[in-house]
Amino acid sequence: MTDLTRLTAAELAEKIRTKETSAVEVTQSHLDRINQVDSAVHAFLHIDTEGALGAARAVDDGIASGQPPASPLAGVPLALKDVLTTKGVPTTCGSKMLEGWVPPYDATVTARLRAAGVVILGKTNMDEFAMGSSTENSAYGPSRNPWDTDRIPGGSGGGSSTALAAFEAPLAIGTDTGGSIRQPGAVTGTVGVKPTYGGVSRYGLVAFSSSLDQAGPCARTVLDAALLHEVIGGHDPLDSTSIDAPVPPVVAAAREGASGDLTGVKIGVVTEFSGDGYQPGVLRSFEAAVETLRGMGAAIVEVSCPNFTYALPAYYLINPSECSSNLARFDAMRYGLRVDDDGTRSAEEVMAATREAGFGAEVKRRIMLGTYALSAGYYDAFYGQAQKVRTLITRDFDAAFGKVDVLVSPTTPTTAFKIGERVDDPMAMYLADLCTIPANLSGTPALSVPSGLSDEDGLPVGLQVMAPALQDQRMYRVAAAFEASQDGLVIDRVGELEVA
Amino acid sequence: MAYDEVLSRFDPVLGLEVHVELNTNTKMFCGCRNEFGGEPNTQVCPTCLGLPGSLPVLNAVAVESAMRIGLALNCEIAEWCRFARKNYFYPDMPKNFQTSQYDEPIAFDGYLDLELDDGEIVRVGIERAHMEEDTGKSLHVGGATGRIHGAEHSLLDYNRAGVPLIEIVTKTIEGTGARAPEVARAYVTALRDLLRALGVSDVRMDQGSLRCDANVSLKPLGRKEFGTRTETKNVNSLRSVERAVRYEMTRQGAVLAGGGEIVQETRHFQEADGSTSAGRRKETSEDYRYFPEPDLVPIAPSREWVEKLRGTLPEMPWERRKRIQADWSLSDAEFRDLVNAGAVELVASTVDAGASSAEARSWWVSYLTQQANNREVELAELPITPAQVARVISLVAEGKLTNKLARSVVDGVLAGEGEPDEVVDKRGLAVVSDDGALTAAVDEALAANPDIAEKIRGGKVAAAGKIVGDVMKATKGQADAKRVRELVIERCTV
Repeated sequence: MTDLTRLTAAELAEKIRTKETSAVEVTQSHLDRINQVDSAVHAFLHIDTEGALGAARAVDDGIASGQPPASPLAGVPLALKDVLTTKGVPTTCGSKMLEGWVPPYDATVTARLRAAGVVILGKTNMDEFAMGSSTENSAYGPSRNPWDTDRIPGGSGGGSSTALAAFEAPLAIGTDTGGSIRQPGAVTGTVGVKPTYGGVSRYGLVAFSSSLDQAGPCARTVLDAALLHEVIGGHDPLDSTSIDAPVPPVVAAAREGASGDLTGVKIGVVTEFSGDGYQPGVLRSFEAAVETLRGMGAAIVEVSCPNFTYALPAYYLINPSECSSNLARFDAMRYGLRVDDDGTRSAEEVMAATREAGFGAEVKRRIMLGTYALSAGYYDAFYGQAQKVRTLITRDFDAAFGKVDVLVSPTTPTTAFKIGERVDDPMAMYLADLCTIPANLSGTPALSVPSGLSDEDGLPVGLQVMAPALQDQRMYRVAAAFEASQDGLVIDRVGELEVA
Repeated sequence: MAYDEVLSRFDPVLGLEVHVELNTNTKMFCGCRNEFGGEPNTQVCPTCLGLPGSLPVLNAVAVESAMRIGLALNCEIAEWCRFARKNYFYPDMPKNFQTSQYDEPIAFDGYLDLELDDGEIVRVGIERAHMEEDTGKSLHVGGATGRIHGAEHSLLDYNRAGVPLIEIVTKTIEGTGARAPEVARAYVTALRDLLRALGVSDVRMDQGSLRCDANVSLKPLGRKEFGTRTETKNVNSLRSVERAVRYEMTRQGAVLAGGGEIVQETRHFQEADGSTSAGRRKETSEDYRYFPEPDLVPIAPSREWVEKLRGTLPEMPWERRKRIQADWSLSDAEFRDLVNAGAVELVASTVDAGASSAEARSWWVSYLTQQANNREVELAELPITPAQVARVISLVAEGKLTNKLARSVVDGVLAGEGEPDEVVDKRGLAVVSDDGALTAAVDEALAANPDIAEKIRGGKVAAAGKIVGDVMKATKGQADAKRVRELVIERCTV
């Protein structure tokens, strides 16, 4: 019998639709897989067995009664990052601050998944409030990379990438503020997409850095990511920054790309993203990927984006500034953690004690950085200046996309590092997002597709493809073509997990 | 320090900040009802509770109201503006930042002309009018002051959180001298009338839908530099605005004259004795770490939209007053009395309901003003509507009530006995207009006074007065005296 957990989402949906299997059976096999391996990888913070089986049953009932499927992904299980609210299901954002909080409402992404008949298996682990590149900042312990459980699965969405790479779910949702979908995808050999800012609603996405946060699809194939993108994307009146335009035709682009022909496509290689700090095996994998793209008919040119060099420092001013304001609401007054409220302390004292106890070190670091950067007398030099850099980076992208259709680079400078290796060195941790941050600052779409394994450590490497705003389909086409050119999926080369 | 003495040494400088709650159906950034007085925490949702993940969506009607207020205050309307976050921690603020406008207000640089009690016109400059959201309400239980310090615990009601507010800030008001307190009151009054005419707010100071903070400082006569100012918060009636400014002037004058320094601080107005008391110190000015609100998109009202809104502005209160004064043919002095009595709009509405302006004016400025004074309320707060007054006037005109009976009907309405017609029925106040009954009463009176009857028959019509009086007595004043006189003469000439 076929192992249902090894199939793609598209294959599963087809088998459910044709009653070759049922949504309940598919869901149960993934729940079984989670039971079997999650203790080794810790992808999930919460497993919603009843909710998942209930949703699967509803899909099966619909099919039995002859109704057309709610979406091309009806009945397919999914792992949801714990930063999106789920009515009646705990949402912690990987923080002690929200331990036990059960939201009274669904995020728009959650609601669209439910409406599409997608089965939500549970909530995945993440760096606290999405701050980090390894899940080591989760208050509930790190997730582990299925390629090597001593290594990080990326972050902040390491739970989602782990769930995919451990075959616990064929689909996942991540959120990407500086690379939190793409970098975990790169280091686990899976596909991660950050859509155009405003392309997927942020309503119900617990805000970290509002002008940068973007939810997006994660999967093991480009087509699966595209199918999921079309389910969650599109205008939402509840999010003022949501774009009122049709979802780019990403599924059609993924299918077109699968033919492997990139004739007439102009691809720019960002010259700034190489050299010192890049692992040689990552660069070799990247160079080979570029040659592959050339071989499929694409025209390759080198493109310089000089201001990308300033992206990281600008990001680490804007992001903590917005974070310091967004996380102010966690004050013990209305929900979540409350400590030291013994009747003798003032509201202010309880707030301070709760924030001291409830936030981890990285969250506190960013709140302090942001509070400082926004303070009177520093605002212009820090936040104001960073916004100017942001404009310059957007201009670099505009100029580049005047010459080429998409840009490519390594997704992240190194393969998965060891758990504990960078926890005491925030700067080293921040460098993991060096190549991914520019797309967040400009609001343009970008994805990571596996480009193979690094020849020195045998770990997955990601190829980043970046496109202009609202042209998400371009990167899907290129990524699907690249994926089709490879000898099978990179993720299928992952070893079986050893479960204690 | 005596008020005159303050003025002999100092010039008062004012700055007034008025917060207006808009009467939109829904809140500023969510679909919750915007209504005063609901059960605590029943008009809330994820957005106005600031739940994790929630996002604001701007209320377009609130933006229109803000622009109409700006236009009515002769302001420029921004071609492009944004919201900002004002960051500070307070339990009644769900997100611990207030979504407000900072350096990019929707309306700026305007003015409002006020008329003082003696008819003098003063122009007050408007610095800006900007949009923001209201906070929730804290109820501090168990303390002596009702404030957070010393309270045993506090209760929070978020129904008000996210209610649309417009903050209107004046430029500094200088050179008003002894009239500064009056100018402050006249400004808030004029603003209230303007906002009421625009229909954008309930403008109820008692319910907090119009709130005034008064900044006051003194500078020695002849100096250019301003003195240190204090900000007196939440002054909750027009009269209090005047009292608070006057109190601060005398208090600050005494401090300065005694060689002391004014502390820059927030002060609380005490309604009971008209004083102000020290609140939060502002010497280390709070750093609100403003930055542009990333969850909302900029507002760029097209000039067509602005002009369309300008076209919706109603007749302004002062224009209306001029027109009404002409329509009613009143002298400046007569009209000012009407204005000072707070009766203009009431009279106008009574006229609109069908009464003559002379009758309407007479009712409101005499009998009803007396009633308001007796009850110690504003004229507008009397529980009688202009339509009810107009109905009473028409009953008199139809001969169904005498003036005396009419006052009794008004008393009945004020006592909550219902509409004028109901009061007439319940109190049995209709004029006795049944000629049969009146004739019988006249005959009876004539029979009881044969001497007088004889005189009348002899042509001495003036003698009829006594008979009329007796008939009126007999009918307990419910007869129409004129008709009674006619009947007396009729009966004596048959």
